[in-house]
Amino acid sequence: MTQPATPVHTPAILGAGTRAPDFALNATPDQVLRLSELRGRPVILVFYPADWSPVCGDQVALYNEILPEFREYGAEILGISVDGVWCHAAFARDRHLHFPLLADFEPKGEVARMYGAYRAEEGTSERALFVLDGDGIIRWSYCAPIAVNPGADGILNALESLTSKSAPAKAESFRGDAAEMRP
Amino acid sequence: MSDGELTPPVSERDHAAGPPDAPVTLVEYGDYECPYCGMAYPIVKRAQQDLGNLLRFVFRNFPLAESHPHARLAAEAAEAAGAQGKFWEMHDMLYEHQDALEAEDLMGYAKSLGLDVPKFAHDLEAGTYTKRVRDDFRNGVRSGVNGTPTFFVNGSRYEGSWANEKAFIHALREAAQQLGRAAHTTADANG
Repeated sequence: MTQPATPVHTPAILGAGTRAPDFALNATPDQVLRLSELRGRPVILVFYPADWSPVCGDQVALYNEILPEFREYGAEILGISVDGVWCHAAFARDRHLHFPLLADFEPKGEVARMYGAYRAEEGTSERALFVLDGDGIIRWSYCAPIAVNPGADGILNALESLTSKSAPAKAESFRGDAAEMRP
Repeated sequence: MSDGELTPPVSERDHAAGPPDAPVTLVEYGDYECPYCGMAYPIVKRAQQDLGNLLRFVFRNFPLAESHPHARLAAEAAEAAGAQGKFWEMHDMLYEHQDALEAEDLMGYAKSLGLDVPKFAHDLEAGTYTKRVRDDFRNGVRSGVNGTPTFFVNGSRYEGSWANEKAFIHALREAAQQLGRAAHTTADANG
């Protein structure tokens, strides 16, 4: 009776099973965060087009609210856009964000390009999500239409399947019945 | 992202207005301090008036507390009032006074609704309904709620615009008719 809300949109972002390219980006004007430093725990990478835009604002506000659930899985969440560190600092302060925003600023969008999540025409990243396991392997990825807030259920399903060894396939086929099958 | 299906389905745990066997169940995930929910509030009211017994309306909490510092306590206040049989009265009071949601305001509303104020105050201070509100929020996230308000019509996320009142009410009427037809077809098939 109902059509799935999932949009048909398949840009060439890196998919499940791929090793996540390492990177080092500024989290604050004087702090650099390297992805490989987070080995040993799941990492959620949230590429989004721009600080301050309405959809991005809602999306980061939602993730900010869900941090306790993400932390239950021991996961770290990193926001990434092409905005500079000072812009990120102002945005994070305004929205009371409690997770790092990384500046993919110079060379512009280099990290987004490595993940196949750069929109060259607009000069911003896609609205793309990646869930990495503790070994730095992408276990789930998703690219939303630019104007659609993808929510967090896909991320939570992916984190759940990371921790349930009995169902490793779910990481790659999250769209099946996995969404409805939970204890 | 999600299939947009409401999880868990509406049950006795929910606050519902309207007949349990209404052909349309509208579920809102809302935040009492969210201005868009404030805009949706009178639209839902008019939809309830328009559809009458065809509609059952259910409200679940989705406070974005980092953006809206009063939202969580307000949600707990509605739950505490609900425990005294006045959920909808408090729900309406909160949406009609979105700019006055401090703790003392909530106490004032409890008093004006004739609640047992010491019990109400205790429930807020002790966080009696903190978990209940958080459970709503978690379920909402799992159902694909990505902001407020998010509506579900007969268990499926409503993707249209609620701000267009005519279209919204039309969609609800359509859902009522669809269900009517489906029931009719099933009856024929069983025939």
